[in-house]
Amino acid sequence: MIDALFLTLSALAIWSGWRVFRVDSMVRASFLLMVSFIAVGLIAVLLAAPYIGIATIFMMAVEMMVMALFMVMFMMNPAGLNPMVMVHQHRFAVVAGIVAFAGLTAAALLSDLPSRPVPESAEVVRALGHELLGPSMLIFETAGVTLLATMIGAVVLSARSGRYGDSDAGSVPPGLTPGGEPAGRKPDDGRGRPHHHGGQ
Amino acid sequence: MTLATVLIVAAALIGIGLYGALSQQSFVMLMMGLELMLNGAILGVMGFWAFALGGAPEGQLLAIIVMAVMAVEMAVGFALVVAVYRKRQADMTESLTTMRH
Repeated sequence: MIDALFLTLSALAIWSGWRVFRVDSMVRASFLLMVSFIAVGLIAVLLAAPYIGIATIFMMAVEMMVMALFMVMFMMNPAGLNPMVMVHQHRFAVVAGIVAFAGLTAAALLSDLPSRPVPESAEVVRALGHELLGPSMLIFETAGVTLLATMIGAVVLSARSGRYGDSDAGSVPPGLTPGGEPAGRKPDDGRGRPHHHGGQ
Repeated sequence: MTLATVLIVAAALIGIGLYGALSQQSFVMLMMGLELMLNGAILGVMGFWAFALGGAPEGQLLAIIVMAVMAVEMAVGFALVVAVYRKRQADMTESLTTMRH
């Protein structure tokens, strides 16, 4: 039963992972990636790691929704109305992917893998909790600080101004009267102009 | 379900992810490839934890760290996409020929 479930979920994870790069719609691609993540999360549940599995599912569901939003906001062809092939160095990429798969598979098959399965009676979630708030607390907290740094970095990078210039450079305040001139000082026109127009 | 089969599935995900990361021109599709590789990495870690570590909690901790890496990659990646789009109106790797600000 578990084997059949594992096979089904593995096939789903790999198939949807492959379809990510084959569908025309970028939104569909992000949902397929979500399917792949959910399948891997369920495999983790099968592997007796319910916390990691469910956490993966929750996290990826949210992450892929954000990704789908980005697709709609920024990317061409989010709905897949036109055929879309946007690849470069295709043959090299195919060969690299196959070599990576073959090499890792060979390593998995040829290595003398240890066999120490999780005991049936193990309380894995409790053990994880004790580990996170016990011996490995420093690692866990470091991950938290890293995420904070990431948030700050993401805001700095995606804010309208770059590394130089005023933080409000380029932003246009609303007018004092409806439809009137923008309030405050005029943004400097010569800065931050795009060098290229159009995607290509 | 053995350690070898789990690792083969993980290898397949990593292979597909590598293909995507190398071949896609759109930044977001490229990031999807990276995410798929990390997905395979999580699966590999969980396989080793379940079959070879005897349930030692450090294995699960490593999976959580990989998940944090995934979140960081995603957040910084999207921030870079936004920054590049603001500066260059570009969403393809080919339109970036220089790293100048």
